[in-house]
Parts: sequence; C-alpha cells; structure tokens
Amino acid sequence: MAKPLLEMKGIKKSFNGVSVLKDVDFQVNRREVVALMGGNGAGKSTLMKILNGVYQADEGEIFLDGEKVEIRNVLDAGKHGIGMIYQEFSLISTLTVAENIFLAHEPRKRNMLLDNRACVEKAKKILDGLGIEIDPRKKVEELSVGYRQIVEIAKALSKNVKILVMDEPTSALTEHETETLFEIVRNLLKMDISVIFISHRMKEIYQICDRITVLRDGKIVISDEASKIPMDHIVSYIVGSAMDKKFEWIPRSYSMEATPALEVRNLTYRERVRDVSFSLYPSEILGIAGLMGSGRTETLLSVFGLLKPDAGVILVNGQECRIQAPEDAMKQGIALIPESRRVQGLVMDHSVKENVLITVLDKIRKYGFLKDRQGEAIVEEQIRNLDIKTDHMKKNVCLLSGGNQQKVVISKWLANKSTILMLDEPTAGVDIGAKTEIIYRMRELADQGCAVIFVSSELNELLAVSDRILVLKDGRKIQEIMRKDIEGEEVLQRAIQGYE
Amino acid sequence: MRYRAMNKKEILRVVREYTIYIAFLLVVIFFAITLRGKGFFTAANALNIIRQTAALTIMGVGLTFVISTGGIDLSIGSTVGLSSLIAAIILREGGNILLAFLGGAGIGLMVGACNGFLYAKLKMPAFISTLAVSGIVYGIGLLPTQSSPVPIADTLFNNIFGSGNIGPVPILLIWMAAAVVLGHLMLRHMKYGRQVLAVGGNEISAKYSGINTEKIKFLVMLFCGLMAGIAGCLYAGRMHTGRCTFGEGAETQVITGVVLGGTIMSGGKGSIIGTLIGSLMIGMISNGLVIMGLNVAQQKIVQGIILLLAIAFGIEQEREA
Ligand SMILES: Nc1ncnc2c1ncn2[C@@H]1O[C@H](COP(=O)(O)OP(=O)(O)OP(=O)(O)O)[C@@H](O)[C@H]1O
Ligand SMILES: [Mg+2]
Repeated sequence: MAKPLLEMKGIKKSFNGVSVLKDVDFQVNRREVVALMGGNGAGKSTLMKILNGVYQADEGEIFLDGEKVEIRNVLDAGKHGIGMIYQEFSLISTLTVAENIFLAHEPRKRNMLLDNRACVEKAKKILDGLGIEIDPRKKVEELSVGYRQIVEIAKALSKNVKILVMDEPTSALTEHETETLFEIVRNLLKMDISVIFISHRMKEIYQICDRITVLRDGKIVISDEASKIPMDHIVSYIVGSAMDKKFEWIPRSYSMEATPALEVRNLTYRERVRDVSFSLYPSEILGIAGLMGSGRTETLLSVFGLLKPDAGVILVNGQECRIQAPEDAMKQGIALIPESRRVQGLVMDHSVKENVLITVLDKIRKYGFLKDRQGEAIVEEQIRNLDIKTDHMKKNVCLLSGGNQQKVVISKWLANKSTILMLDEPTAGVDIGAKTEIIYRMRELADQGCAVIFVSSELNELLAVSDRILVLKDGRKIQEIMRKDIEGEEVLQRAIQGYE
Repeated sequence: MRYRAMNKKEILRVVREYTIYIAFLLVVIFFAITLRGKGFFTAANALNIIRQTAALTIMGVGLTFVISTGGIDLSIGSTVGLSSLIAAIILREGGNILLAFLGGAGIGLMVGACNGFLYAKLKMPAFISTLAVSGIVYGIGLLPTQSSPVPIADTLFNNIFGSGNIGPVPILLIWMAAAVVLGHLMLRHMKYGRQVLAVGGNEISAKYSGINTEKIKFLVMLFCGLMAGIAGCLYAGRMHTGRCTFGEGAETQVITGVVLGGTIMSGGKGSIIGTLIGSLMIGMISNGLVIMGLNVAQQKIVQGIILLLAIAFGIEQEREA
C-alpha cells in the first residue's frame, strides 16, 4: 500500500490543564477528500490548527509523504504545502481581493516596490482557474459571504498547497453556493490537492467526501470509507450514543384565528424588501426560506429596528407600534438572533457570563446595582439547557469552539425571555446533537406561547421545525405554504427557485 | 514536564493581572532607596502626592469610561483651565461658592456634551474632534483675561476645593475617593458600565443586543467633561487662582495613568481601580523626579517614555487574549 500523504500520530493537546486532544491518529491519502466530524468542542479545529502551525501539539508527530516534519508556525506549514481556511474568516475587509490573496507574499518589482499590476493579474488567474468571476480590485467588504469563501480558497491556492483544510466552509453558504464550492473542491482533486473537510451537515459529507473520520472527546472513534458507514451510525458515533430525539417534523396545533403576535403590513426597504406582509400567531413557528439576497435578513432587521423601512406597518398583539431602534423592539418582547456571530452576536473578548447577561441587565438590577448571584444563576441555567461546552462561565467566548459560540448567542436571547423570537441562521456551525436540541427548545417555547420566526438555508432543518413557511424571492413574498402541504425537500427547493 | 509548562503560564497570567500593583511597589521601593533621607518616604510627602494627583485621578475616572468605548478625550486639559477660570471669575464678581462650583462643573458638562455630540451623533473620530474642541476651549479661556490668573480670595472655597483638611485627611483625598468609588461602581456594578464595555468590545454586537450605542457614547463624553469640570474647581481651590493654562498638557499624564491601570486604548476593557493606582504612580514619579532634581524638560521626556511603555504593554496583553 502506498504511504499516506499525511499522517498525524499520537497527537495530544491541552489548554490550561484541560485536555482537548488525547492521543489522536489521523491520516489523509493522496487525492482524497476526508471528512473530519465531531460534536461542538470535540477538537476538530484544534487538531487542524496544530497541523497548520497555529498551535503546537504537547506530544505527537507529523509525517508528510512518510517523512517526519516539524511545523512550528503557519509559515512552516505553508512551506510544507499545508493551507487552511479558518472557521472564522480571516480576510481583511478593507483591502481588495487581490491584496488579500497575496497578503504577506505580495509580488514585487525589481526595485522592491509592490507590483500591483502583477498582483491583480495573478489573482485573476487563480480565480479564473477556479471558474469564478470576481473582480480582484473589489474590496472584500463588498463581497457576499459566499464569494469571500472563494477568495479564501484562492488565497490558499496562491501558496502552492498540497493539503487544504476547510473548517466549516459551508456553514454560511446557501445550497447554491455550496454546489459551486463542491465544483471547486472536485477541481482541486484534479490538481492533485487533498482536502480535509469539516462540516456538521450530513448530506454534504456524503456528497463530497471519500472517507469519514469522527472525533469524540479528543479521540478518533472511527475512520472509514464514506460508502461503508451509514448516516445514522455516524450520528451515534458523534453524539456517543443513539439519539433519543429525532431530527424530524412533528405536527403541532395552534390557532390561526387568534390575534397575531406580530403582523407586518407592506414592509418595504429599498430594493431589498418589497411590500412584504405576513402574520405570525402565538405558538407558531414560521419558517422563512429563500436564496441569499432574497431579503430574509433585511426583513428581520427592519422589524427589529436596525434598518429604517421606507414603508410598512408593524403590529404587535394587534397594536400598531413604532419601532425605531432595537430597544423599542425589545420593549415589545421581540428578540433577534443575528446571523453573523463574530460581528453582530458576541463581544469576543468578554466572558460567556457577560455576553449572556447583556440582554437581561434590567432584570437583575436592584437600586441600580447588578445582582451577581442572580445573574450567575441565569447563566448556569442557559449553559445547562443548551449544553454549552465551557470550563467555566468566566471563560472568554473567543476561546470557545465555533459551535459553542453560536450557542452562547442563542442563550443570550433565550435568557431575555422574549415572546417573539426571530432567529437568523441560528444553527450555523452547530453540531447535530445541539441542532436537534435547538429545534426542541423552539417547539417548547412555542408550546408555552412564544411566536418564533426561523430563517435557515438548510431546507431539511426548516422542514423539521416550521409550522408554516414563507418563501421570499428578490425581496418579495412569493409563497406561503403550510408545512403539512409540503411533500419533501424538492418541493421547497423548487418554490425557492421561483418555479410554480 | 507538561505540568511545569502549565504552571509557568499560570504564573505569567497572574503576573500580568497584577503588573500594575507590582510596578507600583517597585517604584515605591526604587524611590525609597534612591531618595533615602531626602523626605520622599514620609507621611507628609505621601499626602503631598495625593494632593497633586487628586485632580488627575478624577479626570482619569472620566477618561476611563471614554477609552473603554474605544474613544479618547484630548480636551480635558483645556477644560480644566477654563473651568478654574470661570469659577474664579464667578467668585470675583460676587457669586457664592455653590454658584462657582456649578459654573466650573457646568463648563465641563458643556464641553462634554459638545464632544459627545461630535463623537456619537456625527461619528467623528474622537481623536481629532476632541483635539479641535480643546483648541476652541483654550481660546475661549484666553478671551476674558488673556492668560493672566484670577486670584480667589474666598478661603472657604479654597478650603472645600483644595487646601482644607477634615481632621488629618486632606479634603482632596475625599474628592478623589468619592470619584473613584462612584466610577468603580458605575463601571463594574451597574448596567451602564456593562454597556460601555460592550460598546467598546464590539459596537455592532452591542447595537444588535438592543444597546443604544449613540446614547452610551454621548454619555461617556458628558461624564468625562463633568469630571474635568470638577477637576478644574479643585485646581482653582488648590492654587487659590483660576487660570486658563491650568491643566495644560495634563492629558498626557491622565492617559498614562489610565493606560497603566490596564484600560485598553481600543476599548472593551477598563478598570477604575487600575486608573487610581496608575495615576498615583504617575504622581509619585513626578514627585520623585522633582526631589531628585530633574527639570521640567527631563520630566516630560520621562513621562512620554512611560506612556509609550504602558501602551506597548497594553497591546501585548490584547494580543495574548
Ligand atoms: N486557545 C484556547 N484556549 C482554551 N481553550 C481552547 C482554546 N482553543 C480551543 N479551546 C477549547 O478546546 C475545545 C475544542 O475546541 P475546537 O475549536 O477544536 O472544537 P471543534 O471541534 O472545532 O468544535 P466546533 O464544531 O464547535 O467548531 C473547546 O472546548 C474549546 O473551548
Ligand atoms: Mg471548529
């Protein structure tokens, strides 16, 4: 048998005495896409950061082509042909695409000045090779998330990689963008590049990966060809036991005669939201489907007072109300869980506790002072409910794993006990166990009378949680379907694309 | 092997957290030794240092809030000058003590409101806008008297705001303690403080969390201005004079104190107790250098270097996080 391209042997790593990786053996063969799976906080990103020289293993060895290598920093990793696309985007949004791609290894002229023309041309060449049209002179902040992802890939390719690590590249992408990404991955294989692919989405894994490796509690629990492991086995490997809760739709009953908890009439925001009207009833979970740019996020932002709509009326419990800022929305019992946790959701270098409590400061206040013990009780409850993996509540959220950060965003708003919950892609990067948990929590809250709006690009998830689904396209509401009338994912997929 | 590595990290973390206290002690020890017998290490001199730094600390309390949001206020020095001058003029024209105090503090509020408007509403970079305001305020201070001092004859005013004692305790110490306690409670134990730190840590997230970020940014500037206004009254009381040049260049010292105390220039992290210790350290160093016989020029150079070191250390800490 041929030697594997990459072998990591006996890798151990702990942070501040807490052991994260315990004796991990991991392999990648030539021209192969390996899925690295596991629950939130299992250590996937940590293992990959060791490979990429961001962290140093406490013990263990790394072999490339059978030869032992020392990877002391990211530069070393680059020299050995290892590139990584981080879970947290690492582009500089104020620089152009080309500048980002060649950051820190810019083409230079003979006189040592930067050669901007060559930079743009080379960038163009790489992007063309990927079959993507992006103007390399564009600023990254002008690009959508999907395109940023591609720029990250181009950046890795500019350095001659042999192994490309993609840490949850699809968690912010729509189905269509994901397809494009997979095309690119297949292209990479042809260029003799192996890919390590991290994702929590089962369907994708089976679509693109040759082999699946599952990490649990810092150990590899299985590594085998994808075709040999059925999906429900993978799930039980990941969660460590057979799941008792199922990730599927349960019909619920509520009244659509009642006064709507939230009613939106003729909402219009520039070209992004056009004349959208809908009602949301108490105890209802309303899903919103649509492509990227269809106006889902903007609709929520307008209701929450973060965008100033050009027209439209918002009624809460039948009363018309003026919402001009998030504060006003919160007074009406509305909560918004935003889509991008690093930018909008969390203060990264504050603790879990501080982040969760920021929305409930009023409730734990007496004579102007914050009551610490009561606050901590709230945080403890949230950590327990969503099973947030953290050593203690004073840990800075930037040190939590990606999925656990997302759970903190969610719990921050659950703690606030709002009656109208709007969630924008709440499960991005969350593992299958927690996803199911979140869906159950939503149902529980709805049963208690909360009204929930759930935006997601993952159709199977949308179908599992919603009672009714709105479909938006180009800012307009094109359909409104009861969940029980939807046969399957294909039907919804077609509706989103705008076919009748 | 691994156990030791962990311990080393742990120690490093503790050292970082208490750096300011350790540095404080080191400075005390340094001066105690080098200035042995020259009157540095005496109770009288300690009270002296406190009198000299009280106003700086009070300004520091206000500035800690501004810096915690990621802003800066460079107009506090000239605000102090104008406030002292206004208080003195009010007294000269026959106004009573309360009126003089309100006048001085009111000037601070006005400047603060102005800064707040530019920072929160017009979203100007605070660094530039407060620099411009500083120039304007200084100019206004020059108008009534040019830069000549206005003496204060009211001994009660001078006692309450400067040279008085309550028993053995200098009144300035009480002013300082009050500001520090108030500031600490606000920053650590009240909703407002949490919101300030959230705005500095991630403004967008704060906004999405329902925090009125504009209001918070306006209020930090207003509070900082108020503190500078009060500090102006204390200058006036201590010097028995109002003069627009008081507080000139005080920004540097105040910022140094705040940054030494662990408040980070980019926002999101701040400590009032740190500011207290940092300011006292700056006061002590100035005092020590004077006793050593350094002239003003030499003192300025030393202060500048300390500020740079403090900022560099702050950045280092940020990177660690
Ligand atoms: N720099 C760090 N300091 C302390 N703890 C850390 C650090 N980096 C990661 N951890 C901890 O290590 C554990 C594993 O984190 P890691 O990011 O590898 O998880 P993951 O498998 O990628 O999870 P996810 O699916 O949520 O992204 C987590 O519990 C996390 O809190
Ligand atoms: Mg991860």
